[in-house]
Amino acid sequence: MKPQDLLCPKPAGLYCPPGDFYIDPVRPVDRAVITHGHADHARAGHGVAAATAETLAIMAVRYGEDFAGRQQAVPYGLGQGFTLNGVEVSLVPAGHVLGSAQVVVRWKGMTIVVSGDYKRRRDPTCKAFEPTPCDVFVTEATFGLPVFRHPDDAGQIAALLKSVVQFPERAHIVGAYALGKAQRVIKLLREAGYDQTLYVHGAMERLNALYEAHGVDLGPLAPATTSKTKAEFAGAIVIAPPSALADRWSRRFPDPVDCFASGWMRVRARARQRGVELPLIISDHADWDELTDTLDELRPGEVWITHGREEALERWCALAGIPARALRLVGYDEEEGE
Amino acid sequence: MRAFAHLLDRLSLTSSRNAKLTLIRDFLATTPDPDRGWALAALTGELSFSAAKPAFIRKAVEARMDPQLFAWSYDYVGDLAETVALVWPAKPGANREPELSEVVDALRGASRAEVQRLIETWLDALGADGRWALLKLMTGGLRVGVSSRLAKQACADFGQVAVGEIEEIWHALEPPYGDLFAWLEGRSERPSPDAPGRFRPVMLAQAIDEAVDFAKLDPADYAAEWKWDGIRVQAVSERGERRLYTRTGDDISAAFPDVVAALGFDGALDGELLVMRDGQVAPFGDLQQRLNRKTIDAKLMVAYPAAIRAYDILLDGEADLRALPFAERRKRLEAFVAAAASPRLDLSPVQPFETWDELAALRAAPPDGDPRIAEGLMLKRWDSVYEPGRPKGPWFKWKRDPHLIDAVLMYAQRGHGKRSSFYSDYTFGVWREDEAGDRSLTPVGKAYFGFTDEELKLIDKFVRDHTVERFGPVRSVQADLEFGLVFEVAFEGLQRSTRHKSGVAMRFPRIHRIRWDKPSREADELATLERMLD
Repeated sequence: MKPQDLLCPKPAGLYCPPGDFYIDPVRPVDRAVITHGHADHARAGHGVAAATAETLAIMAVRYGEDFAGRQQAVPYGLGQGFTLNGVEVSLVPAGHVLGSAQVVVRWKGMTIVVSGDYKRRRDPTCKAFEPTPCDVFVTEATFGLPVFRHPDDAGQIAALLKSVVQFPERAHIVGAYALGKAQRVIKLLREAGYDQTLYVHGAMERLNALYEAHGVDLGPLAPATTSKTKAEFAGAIVIAPPSALADRWSRRFPDPVDCFASGWMRVRARARQRGVELPLIISDHADWDELTDTLDELRPGEVWITHGREEALERWCALAGIPARALRLVGYDEEEGE
Repeated sequence: MRAFAHLLDRLSLTSSRNAKLTLIRDFLATTPDPDRGWALAALTGELSFSAAKPAFIRKAVEARMDPQLFAWSYDYVGDLAETVALVWPAKPGANREPELSEVVDALRGASRAEVQRLIETWLDALGADGRWALLKLMTGGLRVGVSSRLAKQACADFGQVAVGEIEEIWHALEPPYGDLFAWLEGRSERPSPDAPGRFRPVMLAQAIDEAVDFAKLDPADYAAEWKWDGIRVQAVSERGERRLYTRTGDDISAAFPDVVAALGFDGALDGELLVMRDGQVAPFGDLQQRLNRKTIDAKLMVAYPAAIRAYDILLDGEADLRALPFAERRKRLEAFVAAAASPRLDLSPVQPFETWDELAALRAAPPDGDPRIAEGLMLKRWDSVYEPGRPKGPWFKWKRDPHLIDAVLMYAQRGHGKRSSFYSDYTFGVWREDEAGDRSLTPVGKAYFGFTDEELKLIDKFVRDHTVERFGPVRSVQADLEFGLVFEVAFEGLQRSTRHKSGVAMRFPRIHRIRWDKPSREADELATLERMLD
């Protein structure tokens, strides 16, 4: 039996013929297993959507309670999932955002792990990645170039707090994706001892509340509304979706320092292009070292690369003697990918 | 090294002058000697090494990683120092991070072979930001948007002294500037400015307000001179030390050996550096060929011979003349220039006039010769002493009216800092007709000031409402024969340029007026601009 008999790329996404389901399909299908709640992976309109309870809750916030014909909550853990036509499906933590999971698919003695988006470093807002031995490891490659080596996040938060002290007359607006990054940045600020009110963009309020409901304490938050005067935002830290930095929305703040929390900020030209004054290199994706260390640790029989910079990771696999191929799936954001 | 790297990192992405000053001032306040001094030397361009050639760094990294992976990385990042800083595969068990002063000491003392070995150990010990700073320092040129003037201003802010006080002693100071910081922190006296060949802070002119000032001024009190379109310099020759300074005290002697060699006098002159051929001034574009170079080749010196047109004298032999009135200094200057009898030194003539109206007529229609390409006029009170800074009253500049053209907004780019939510940088174009007689817009310049905050909001809205395409931070806006926003653009001069598609480059363009009323098809033609070429 070949691995392609168990999982193969189709226009709608990765498909499992014997189990008749898709993983993270980019269009509505009868049965979908969803790794995490980011919009390019979790779409509305499936017949059955199977995911962790947290991911289902996130989808309900984003798309409404009836986003799928039927919701199937799957607990974390090998063997804790379900079986379809003899195909055993389990979800194990991926360390990407709250609720994120790797999909472990087992059939006739073969194991394929679809990692979804993942990272290996500590994140106080979600469960840590669990390596699972497998025949085929399906990996992302968002930051699949050796230039992407994310520094320690505490150092990035320290740089932000230092800047707030240096420029007390200005507001610091941190661009952060509404799901995951925003809450992680807030939590990291709290861990660094910042206990003042953080101002948040309206687009993140419901997800913040959802994180809090799942036990992630975010401390004092307030909406960044226009009911305050410009001067009252002096010295404040504001968390907003990245698109809001360039938007007219940001004009309510005094001489804002644009910060952007993203792995892309590792490259100066990217920061410059976006007009970011203080880049914060904080990523929810594995960096180059995490990608390659994970492959080294798992040593799967084969590696499939879903999206991102496949060629460099393929090259690394070739040098390491691990067979690899790019699936060239379409529909997943590489640039703005949350 | 970490603090220095952090500073460079922030400076490289900060556009606001005030924010840069804050960053440098805070760095100076929190970094110990001698590291802060070496950092200041690096920022002011007093410290640069060519210890490592790019080829060497590339070889070193390719010895440690797959060349194909490096090539893809370099393609993606586009800058060698940054790429190597990011991808460098450190050997485990590296030593502690070196301090900036250790790096500088080692680079100054080590042989080339030793340096190459040291670089690898440093790259192993440093993080990505530290590696970037190190590589920038070693390959010459930090390019973080800090002029030496700005760095000195930050020192002045740090010590709460006037920047002129620092400029005046700067050339008596040596990195790492222990004596400077001791003074700025109130731990010792100000270092002596008595070194021969030092810079003396310059006196600057106010722009005249025609509507207000002339009514109050008596023409008999003022001398008028043409305002030459070169760069202001101070030429000093003192006890064998010859130096050429910009008006902010940057030493540019190395770029103008032809001028320095001709300083066969003992004194300090204030004048304009110009390209001159047979006593005739060339346009600014010629001088530009020789600016911003650390050294110069002989061919350029022959093609663009530089000279000084003197208009003031600060030092005659050992006599400091700055306390004398301008009328006295002028007499001394005339005698001094005549005695020097140098082919690279002449005198800026005083333009006689009786009334302001007469002078206004001269300014509007300058006589043949050099005044035709002057920037306007300078007015100096006959009794003015030479006072550093920009005092109100003794000296005025009265610039020629700018050129004006009507151009159509083509692209808008988001600004920085305060303006990051505004489309505030505008590329504008004029009409060009092709062989078939079709008219299309060709970009001729870029401007990002000249409008009020209220006008900025309106233009920003126009840009957002009429966007055709977006490329990152840039939007192209609708601009065709039927529709477009016309700007009246003011500029000081126009030169041929091979770097611009239109073949012309404007000097100092700014938005003069927004012509909401004017149909785009009535904007100017490229041919109109070509006729204005200097």
